[in-house]
Amino acid sequence: MTVFYLVAFLSIFFALMTIFTKNPVHSVLYLVVTFFTFTIHYVLLNAQFLAVVNFIVYMGAIMVLFLFVLMLLNLNKDTEPTKSALVKIMGVVAGMCLIVTFVGVFKSMGTADTVEGTQDIGLVSNLGKVLFDEFLLPFELSSVLLLVAMVGAVLLAKKDKEISKV
Amino acid sequence: METAFILEKLILVVIIFTITLVIAMYSTLAERKIAGFMQDRPGPNRAGPFGILQPLCDGGKFFFKEEIIPAGSHKALFILGPILAIVTACITSAVIPWGQTLEIGGKSISLQVADINIGVLYIFGVIALGVYGVMLGGWASNNKYSLMGAVRAASQSISYEIGMGLSLIALLMITGTLSVGEIVAQQEGFLNWNIFAQPLGFLIFITCAFAECNRVPFDLPECETELVAGYHTEYSSMKLGLFMFSEYINMFVSSALMASLYFGGYNFPFMYDLGLSQNWITIIGVLVFFAKIFGFIFFFMWVRWTLPRFRYDQLMRMGWKMLIPLAIANIVLTGVFTLIKDTYF
Amino acid sequence: MQSLSNRKKVIEQKPMNFWERIYLPAIAKGLSITLKHFFKKKSTVQYPEQERPYSKNFRGQHSLKRDELGRERCTACGLCALSCPAEAITMIAEERKKGEEHLYREEKYAAVYEINMLRCIFCGLCEEACPKEAIYLDGPHVTAEYLRKDFIYGKDKLLEPKFDITKLNQD
Repeated sequence: MTVFYLVAFLSIFFALMTIFTKNPVHSVLYLVVTFFTFTIHYVLLNAQFLAVVNFIVYMGAIMVLFLFVLMLLNLNKDTEPTKSALVKIMGVVAGMCLIVTFVGVFKSMGTADTVEGTQDIGLVSNLGKVLFDEFLLPFELSSVLLLVAMVGAVLLAKKDKEISKV
Repeated sequence: METAFILEKLILVVIIFTITLVIAMYSTLAERKIAGFMQDRPGPNRAGPFGILQPLCDGGKFFFKEEIIPAGSHKALFILGPILAIVTACITSAVIPWGQTLEIGGKSISLQVADINIGVLYIFGVIALGVYGVMLGGWASNNKYSLMGAVRAASQSISYEIGMGLSLIALLMITGTLSVGEIVAQQEGFLNWNIFAQPLGFLIFITCAFAECNRVPFDLPECETELVAGYHTEYSSMKLGLFMFSEYINMFVSSALMASLYFGGYNFPFMYDLGLSQNWITIIGVLVFFAKIFGFIFFFMWVRWTLPRFRYDQLMRMGWKMLIPLAIANIVLTGVFTLIKDTYF
Repeated sequence: MQSLSNRKKVIEQKPMNFWERIYLPAIAKGLSITLKHFFKKKSTVQYPEQERPYSKNFRGQHSLKRDELGRERCTACGLCALSCPAEAITMIAEERKKGEEHLYREEKYAAVYEINMLRCIFCGLCEEACPKEAIYLDGPHVTAEYLRKDFIYGKDKLLEPKFDITKLNQD
């Protein structure tokens, strides 16, 4: 349990650091560390597959791409435009709305059953059986969704060229 | 029991760590020797007989060089870069089965540090993490060459990770397990080696392994001709040494991985027909495994001194338009063959 | 245009066929070539221990010769300096005094004889010009120095060491 509290504290701490650092690259790095703490959470829950996939996909690929883009843009403190007061107020309002929504959702949902750490549901074979048996349709649908997103991205990237051709 | 277990694993970790470092050290010598031999030169031969003390001299030189941290650099990340690179390179070897079990005093000791049931995925995760060292080091240097190297490293490693993962999926379809220990145990003898079942997959895997290790012909992150030295342009002293070292450790680990996934690991032909005791089989197995690893390391170097570097667009085209479709075709083929085998035989 | 030499070759760039496009045969060929070199005899000469044989007419550092009695042959006639295309040689002549006959063969000798090795082009014209067979370029390579002034070699460096010719024959 102490491990859980330590890791939970770390993940919240690094998540806050992600928001509060001025340098975007630092922000991304803190986010990477936050994801790493999530990985530890998964391991603590005995969900090894999720842990490693979180590790590979989020830390190893998506955050690398984030970092990649930030490095290419070369954002830093000096070039960041100062936000106007209106934008700040809008941000506060939006954030408040989000908090209200979350509070409402958690209140209406009630507490879920606590997950036992000894369950083997997170192991690869069990997870595979569940995914391809019970949840086959949602699984395939989400993969189609990802495919659509990919095709859309390719289309957006290719668009300019075809106009110039025509 | 618990302390004995931890002690046993600790000793194993220390041994493997030492072996890894020594092999990485001597890989630098081997690289220069092989480069020399392939160019009709004898290579370094002044420090000790046949130059066997050369790595020590190089290491000593790295320690005594001046430590330079550029004024415009981001100091913390600049130091973190090489540390991350070497740490990620070192921890990959935890899941590789170096041999079978040794029987010492009625106790069987497994020569694998951690036989976790997602070993292959673990390796993938650590490899994916490895690019952070290069990226952070390159970005923190505050140098455009370093930045270009870092950006190239990131895009190259992500692109080739996909091909590598897809080629491995076909392998996993045959083996049915993600544990490296089990995959090796399945390849008993000679004809059960996965290379015979997955030749195309192996070809894709080794190409991607070259790219992941930033070895020629995929050494674009550090290509001297365009980017001075790429991501480690601003590095000096032991920090540069750590980057170099991590490259050689990566090469060693990926050689070990290829040997265990596709070439049977510690298995050798007729291993149970010779009537040897378990300990002898294990010891010979470890030697055979290291022979395979050295073979792969030699192949890495052989290719380095043969092929020229790819251009960046060629690299990307090969990764995305050749290797990934090939790997997917390989998955489909493997699936079809497995289905035919299961239904008709 | 009509080719005059008839040696013009029209090079055709054909689109690569399948085997050429997958590159694997080309890679295998390259690997076999490097492997062949791997086992070839190495052409390195391990320099300090092992020296390449010099040509017989190699021209190295100059040496001022002595005659069979160990006397300096040079008579400071200045022909070598005159013949030198790089103007590397200077000398100051002096008359032989009584009692110096065992040191100098001729009545006039070079008190100072200097060659600037940075100017010298090792052409050997001084050797050819010398009527007394006193200068030969038969030494080793001229070594590197840190200062320009150290390249001006005086008699201390150029003069042949004294030897006893009778002892030389006994050995």
